[in-house]
Amino acid sequence: MHHRYDVLVVGAGGAGLMAALYAAKGDVSVACITKLYPTRSHTGAAQGGVGAALGNVAEDHWEWHMFDTIKGGDYLTDQDAAEIFAKDVIEAVYELEHMGLPFSRTEEGKIAQRKFGGHTREFGKAAVERSCYAKDRTGHMILQTLYQQNVKAGTNFYNEFHVTDLIIEEGRCRGVVAYHLASGEIHTFHAKAVILAAGGYGRIFKITSNALTLTGDLMSLYYRKGLPLEDMEFYQFHPTGLAKLGILVTEGIRGEGGILRNESGERFMERYAPTIKDLAPRDIVSRSIITEIREGRGVGRDKDAINLDLTHLPRETIEQKLAEITDLARTYLGLDPIKDLVPIQPTAHYAMGGIPTDINGLCLADGNGTSVEGLYAAGEQACVSLHGANRLGTNSLGDLIVFGRRAGIFAAQYARQAEYAEMPENPERETEEVFSRLRNASGKENSAMIRKELQESMMNNVGIFRNGPDMERQVEIIKELKARAAHVGVSDPSTRYNGELMEALELGFMLDCAEATTASALNRKESRGAHDREDYTERDDVNWLKHTMAYKDLNTPDNVLIGYKDVALKGYTRAFEPKPRVY
Amino acid sequence: MPDYYPPENPAPNVAMVNIKVKILRFNPEKDKKARWETYPVEAQPADRVLDVLNYVKWYVDPALTFRRSCGHGICGSDAMMINGRNRLACKTLLRDVVKDGGTITVEPIRGLKVEKDLLTDMEPFFDAYRAIMPYFINESPPPAGERLQSPELAERMAQSSNCILCACCTTSCPIFWVNGSYLGPAAIVQAHRFIFDSRDQATHQRLNIMNQNTGVWRCRTAYNCTEACPRDIPITQLIEEVKRAVMYQQA
Repeated sequence: MHHRYDVLVVGAGGAGLMAALYAAKGDVSVACITKLYPTRSHTGAAQGGVGAALGNVAEDHWEWHMFDTIKGGDYLTDQDAAEIFAKDVIEAVYELEHMGLPFSRTEEGKIAQRKFGGHTREFGKAAVERSCYAKDRTGHMILQTLYQQNVKAGTNFYNEFHVTDLIIEEGRCRGVVAYHLASGEIHTFHAKAVILAAGGYGRIFKITSNALTLTGDLMSLYYRKGLPLEDMEFYQFHPTGLAKLGILVTEGIRGEGGILRNESGERFMERYAPTIKDLAPRDIVSRSIITEIREGRGVGRDKDAINLDLTHLPRETIEQKLAEITDLARTYLGLDPIKDLVPIQPTAHYAMGGIPTDINGLCLADGNGTSVEGLYAAGEQACVSLHGANRLGTNSLGDLIVFGRRAGIFAAQYARQAEYAEMPENPERETEEVFSRLRNASGKENSAMIRKELQESMMNNVGIFRNGPDMERQVEIIKELKARAAHVGVSDPSTRYNGELMEALELGFMLDCAEATTASALNRKESRGAHDREDYTERDDVNWLKHTMAYKDLNTPDNVLIGYKDVALKGYTRAFEPKPRVY
Repeated sequence: MPDYYPPENPAPNVAMVNIKVKILRFNPEKDKKARWETYPVEAQPADRVLDVLNYVKWYVDPALTFRRSCGHGICGSDAMMINGRNRLACKTLLRDVVKDGGTITVEPIRGLKVEKDLLTDMEPFFDAYRAIMPYFINESPPPAGERLQSPELAERMAQSSNCILCACCTTSCPIFWVNGSYLGPAAIVQAHRFIFDSRDQATHQRLNIMNQNTGVWRCRTAYNCTEACPRDIPITQLIEEVKRAVMYQQA
């Protein structure tokens, strides 16, 4: 079946729904396709809040937020993106409120705000209340609110359509190909502009807060065209995932006064970040936790976790403002945070890198500013680059409302003046070939087994701490897993709802993302933000203050070509010079 | 505790239980009617039912079909009937539903057409959702900042806005089973979310929708919805509040 829309959005999480809404306001026809059902995207799992310098609880300024974002990103953040972001996110939060989002409130009736890691007043002097929140289900409320607004706007939704190919020819995006799970049919979507907003790829790691569906599909499809993925080595581990499960425990819990303690009950963050302690940025807290564990001060049977202590907080704070995580701890660990310590460990959480875009969401084809006409990206899928080497807590929700909106506006603007570029003769041919290969493969390999080996090896070799020999080994492991993946067969002959076929496809996408991540990390010989190398422990601004661009070598299998892109070291009105990053 | 483990690599150092999982299977491409299939599984008591289903799909029968995504009770994808009761597979631990040597039964939620195995057609459910005007309406120009709202008035939406649209409530409702035109508990909860929002201006329109014969008066207060809700929303109570608001035409 064939469809045609001015603007097509892939993904129905926060960024996709915001982009669809703004594209619709731009007076063009819009459709949004998602491999899930709307309201089931992973934006819903974000708990703690969205940072914006509203100043509702304590004095705050967008310049402070811009500075925190850049310093948090270990100066790899593009400062023009950070300036636009810190200004726009204020208005965007008010706009969400005008859309009806049920924020928690201050006594005066304003949007309530609380502390979060790395958010400070007066350029690093002390922690500040910047996170606007709706209890501890802020992402859930953003997702619901934006879907509601799309229902109101009459956006066309294609639910449970799994994108299998991205049509880009002669530097222009023409549309996508997708498998409709319910009918088993292959559909083509012809569009003037396409916005990619399909989220991250945390499922390449064993312990992750990410949904089972976050397998980097569109990043991989982009990369397979010989187009670059930016800064893939910067993968954030959230310090507090529920032990063994990786389920997210919001940073808001430390914002409300939660304390990390090692086996002897020591508040160890006092040693690592004396100024802001438990509210240091995520990369620092994650490394501190792993250091405590490595030095034998971990808790639990395997001594591989750290305790999160809330027992000193008022019961109402825990039950009212942190109800979601209280429920998670009770359900999965059988513990009650009101009286029990909650064991946590770092969990793979967020890709700072992704499809490179300019500040309007337009996708970039190299490090020199060449763009892909008609193709936009936003949200975790994209790399603007706002988060640099390490994202601050709450800046993911801010990112998707600010840059989702910009992508929607600029894609619609482009679509209004553009003609449809011709689709190739048989756009679905590649998808049909892949499907037939999977259905006819030997089947001697099992995709779940390969996926598990990928997740475990990525966790061990390209995790929180990395080094050259481990990552060289990982390059070989990925090669071997790719060779084995070629023999994965699909045994279920069904055409409708063939989840086995989709999981086999997703495995290929994950292998690509892992390949680009490992190659980028091995190449960067320094430590910066979330990328911490045991063999190059210092940040090296002379050689490495630049973005990585990883390209699949289309002529040599398994080879990754590395290029670079300059960091924007100035905003429009402000510039923050790189300094050592201490808290 | 991993979210799954292949046969040759069970989780170390944890007492395992041997259970059977009995799943109602249906593939319209080959089955005339649904059939039960039973799979023996070795698992940990703290495993989720979702882990067991993933295990069966990944290592035993790849054709097994169900929805899942987040795995911790926030996306609402994996609503199904477990031991005769609607639950989310990812929020149900084995130790709460089965003992060593026992059997758990897993079936699709009721009242919606089964597409394949545990996967149902969700369109009628979302049609009901869309019918209650599930979006904020306030036509007056917004202020430069936020519209003020007291913490107490904000709290009026705390329970209804907690809904993740998993459909556990609506598909546990006997009225919904026999009368598919009934909007059902989930849609009424969504209406409640806006009816009791002090900033929203479309209260009367929504109360009128609730007053139609597909609306709130179909409810016979069976409490199934409240029991089924995986997020502990007091659904029956919220429906009663909507009924009162319709009676007095004010929220």
